[in-house]
Amino acid sequence: MTDINSKIPEGPLAEKWKNYKAHQKLVNPANKRHLDVIVVGTGLAGASAAATLAEQGFNVLDFCIQDSPRRAHSIAAQGGINAAKNYQNDGDSVYRLFYDTIKGGDYRAREANVYRLAEVSSNIIDQCVAQGVPFAREYGGLLDNRSFGGVQVSRTFYARGQTGQQLLLGAYSALSRQIGKGKVKMYTRHEMVDLVIVDGRARGIITRNLITGKLERYAAHAVVLATGGYVNTFFLSTNAMASNGSAAWQCFKKGAYFANPCMVQIHPTCIPVHGDFQSKLTLMSESLRNDGRIWVPKKLEDAKALQAGTKKGKDIPEEDRDYYLERRYPAFGNLVPRDVASRAAKERCDAGFGVNNTGLAVFLDFNEAIQRMGKEAVTQKYGNLFDMYQEITDENPYETPMMIYPALHYSMGGLWVDYELETSIPGLFAIGECNFSDHGANRLGASALMQGLADGYFVLPYTIQNYLSDQIQVPRFKTDAPEFAEAEKSIQARINKLMGIQGKESVDSIHKKLGHIMWEYIGMARDAEGLKKAIEELKALKKEFWTNVHIPGKGDDQNIELEKALRLADFIEIGSLMAHDALDRAESCGGHFRTEHQTEEGEALRHDDKFMYVSCWEYKGEDEDPVMNKEMLNYQFVVPMTRNYKK
Amino acid sequence: MDKNINITLKVWRQRGPKEKGKFETYQLKNVFQGASFLEMLDILNEQLINEGKDPVVFDHDCREGICGMCSLYVNGHPHGPATGATTCQLYMRRFHDGETITIEPWRSAGFPIIRDLMVDRSAYDKIIQAGGFVSVNTGGVPDANAIPIPKKNADLAMDAAACIGCGACAAACKNGSAMLFVSAKVSQLALLPQGRVEASRRAKAMLAKMDELGFGNCTNTRACEAECPKKISVSNIARLNREFISAKLKD
Repeated sequence: MTDINSKIPEGPLAEKWKNYKAHQKLVNPANKRHLDVIVVGTGLAGASAAATLAEQGFNVLDFCIQDSPRRAHSIAAQGGINAAKNYQNDGDSVYRLFYDTIKGGDYRAREANVYRLAEVSSNIIDQCVAQGVPFAREYGGLLDNRSFGGVQVSRTFYARGQTGQQLLLGAYSALSRQIGKGKVKMYTRHEMVDLVIVDGRARGIITRNLITGKLERYAAHAVVLATGGYVNTFFLSTNAMASNGSAAWQCFKKGAYFANPCMVQIHPTCIPVHGDFQSKLTLMSESLRNDGRIWVPKKLEDAKALQAGTKKGKDIPEEDRDYYLERRYPAFGNLVPRDVASRAAKERCDAGFGVNNTGLAVFLDFNEAIQRMGKEAVTQKYGNLFDMYQEITDENPYETPMMIYPALHYSMGGLWVDYELETSIPGLFAIGECNFSDHGANRLGASALMQGLADGYFVLPYTIQNYLSDQIQVPRFKTDAPEFAEAEKSIQARINKLMGIQGKESVDSIHKKLGHIMWEYIGMARDAEGLKKAIEELKALKKEFWTNVHIPGKGDDQNIELEKALRLADFIEIGSLMAHDALDRAESCGGHFRTEHQTEEGEALRHDDKFMYVSCWEYKGEDEDPVMNKEMLNYQFVVPMTRNYKK
Repeated sequence: MDKNINITLKVWRQRGPKEKGKFETYQLKNVFQGASFLEMLDILNEQLINEGKDPVVFDHDCREGICGMCSLYVNGHPHGPATGATTCQLYMRRFHDGETITIEPWRSAGFPIIRDLMVDRSAYDKIIQAGGFVSVNTGGVPDANAIPIPKKNADLAMDAAACIGCGACAAACKNGSAMLFVSAKVSQLALLPQGRVEASRRAKAMLAKMDELGFGNCTNTRACEAECPKKISVSNIARLNREFISAKLKD
């Protein structure tokens, strides 16, 4: 087993980042312009990093798969962004944000990283306001806040129900400014298909031009991955259609550790599944839980009537409703963290109390809020979400309660990074959702935007210089080096192989099968037997894919099916790694729930004596099982406790 | 109540930017009305792939109406017959059994066709690169609450900032003008003290870039506003014009 060094600076928690910055190596302005950095991705992390690195003077090459950097999936985040500003005078502080995040993550995140995140959170809000992000304001002209799950203060800044959009457009505008100045060279509709390593360091990438189908080579002094998460492994998720884990997976196959792959988040408030043709699940913002009340009927016969369609939610009298979150968790009520809310919904539905035709839905009811605040105030706060719900379901949430069910949403796991956000491959960095670092086993609401922007604006632009400072003597790389040729040759062979299969099944139909295996065995509740079964079924599915997938068209041309097939080949392997990780972690924590490990009340049961570590998986070859290394988590400042949202 | 319907699709197929395109007709049976329009196209593509044909190429990504990637002229309307919704948020219950649905790409000089229903909208990025930002670097900015902003202005800025850059405005415009898009960004930033500083410079630079890229000018037909999936108001164009005129007067 390799000894894993996370390079956490010495000193008291609150001094670590300051000390790091005071003593790190920097690159002087004259040298910066001789250094090139590749950034893959233009979401909150990628766009903010690319813009900031270019402002500092580095030459940046930025890549995205969409037709414009403005379309990265960060744009779909609705609810808000956390920051320890304490503008509401409700007792918030950097320490409290740090503590809430550590606790929310079920004590499986790194203390030093999380503290730094909380520390820079305030700078993010300042930065975004300076860029012209139109956050919600009070009549006095100051910024408004709301509260989110798992916390007892109001620290979430928001821009209607479109906070992700506004923050991303802010980062996009900063990025656009640098593109206009020529400091960032932007490549849209380019997908990274391999990482190039020269003498043990990340030195470039191979991309596939999604319009011409041609493979292209790009070199730089360092590579930054900001390619998001991998929950589309499940086929149905709240991610965008093209969101994928392939770039990170290529890095894993080239030697980067993949950390905590089993830790994915299932978001409690999504519109329920309604048919086989369905392509994605739509999230309804967590902010709805501020005023909406979640319930199912108390009586089984009422649930049966709802499932049969003979009764509607509003027909069930108040005294026959079970507001189960308020019942089980009086202190936090409807605002418990996402993992807790999701499992509670599953528990009720498994017991037969589901409220739609599939029995897999619970009510989110605004009746009480409308009476308390008035319909106008509710519209003001949530109008766009209500409209969206009505368009999708053809039901009016002002009159009948919404129906929701948990869905895959976010991956806490990802590429392993140290305190400097560098992976185990020198010169390869990972930021935003594609790394594993800050959320432990469960991410709190409004923390993804915070982490993406913290990494991109305020952390990576510092830490990467510690690496680049000894690269100033290294001349620009040529892409005709043998390492580039070899990487291109192997991806070309992979494409040829895929195109040569000419089987009978479409990519999507195999992806749906993958989704079923994932949801059944590696979803909200997992057990050893099921996970072992999943590993076997995934092996069979991998074989099925590589012998029977059908891809029309040509490999060296625009080919939307080939794009999906390349991603699916990796999703199947990611699924398998998730199963291995979930099997190893014989405890329940955050989003990872092993049914063998729960309290008598059905709450998650951690085993801190055995599992206080980050699992860092190492690739060992095509048909070999991956090997796990451990980064032990030494909590020096916080005492891990059982999470309690009851009192 | 949603039910299953049979439909006929007339879809624009075009191999490449320079090649001649034409409509192909396809029959789809038993499409559930609860499916989204793009899910209906997924079903069509699955059918085409199973028949050994090339699937229809179209842009799409988030499928929740916010990324701005999806486009399509559906029965003569950008983003289809629903108001205030993108194509991905259009549901098949808007169509009836036996209906023929015509699907075309954006047709605008500013957006050349790439293949089938996919077009090149990089011109919009170039307009933003010309000035659609506040010129601040990361770090060294004042506290977020240092400058109070009237709620009304913040709300108006947010209304304008809701633009998703999909291109429906230019596609709907008989002049192929991108004025609604440009004005939304100019308005958002001009309404806020942080963006006010360089408001004139921004308006001039963005409009010059728009002209350079071959978009037409505005003749106030308001088709853009009517078809905008985010209901961006043409009052933003008025604000842009005021900004532009006052900038010109100062020159």
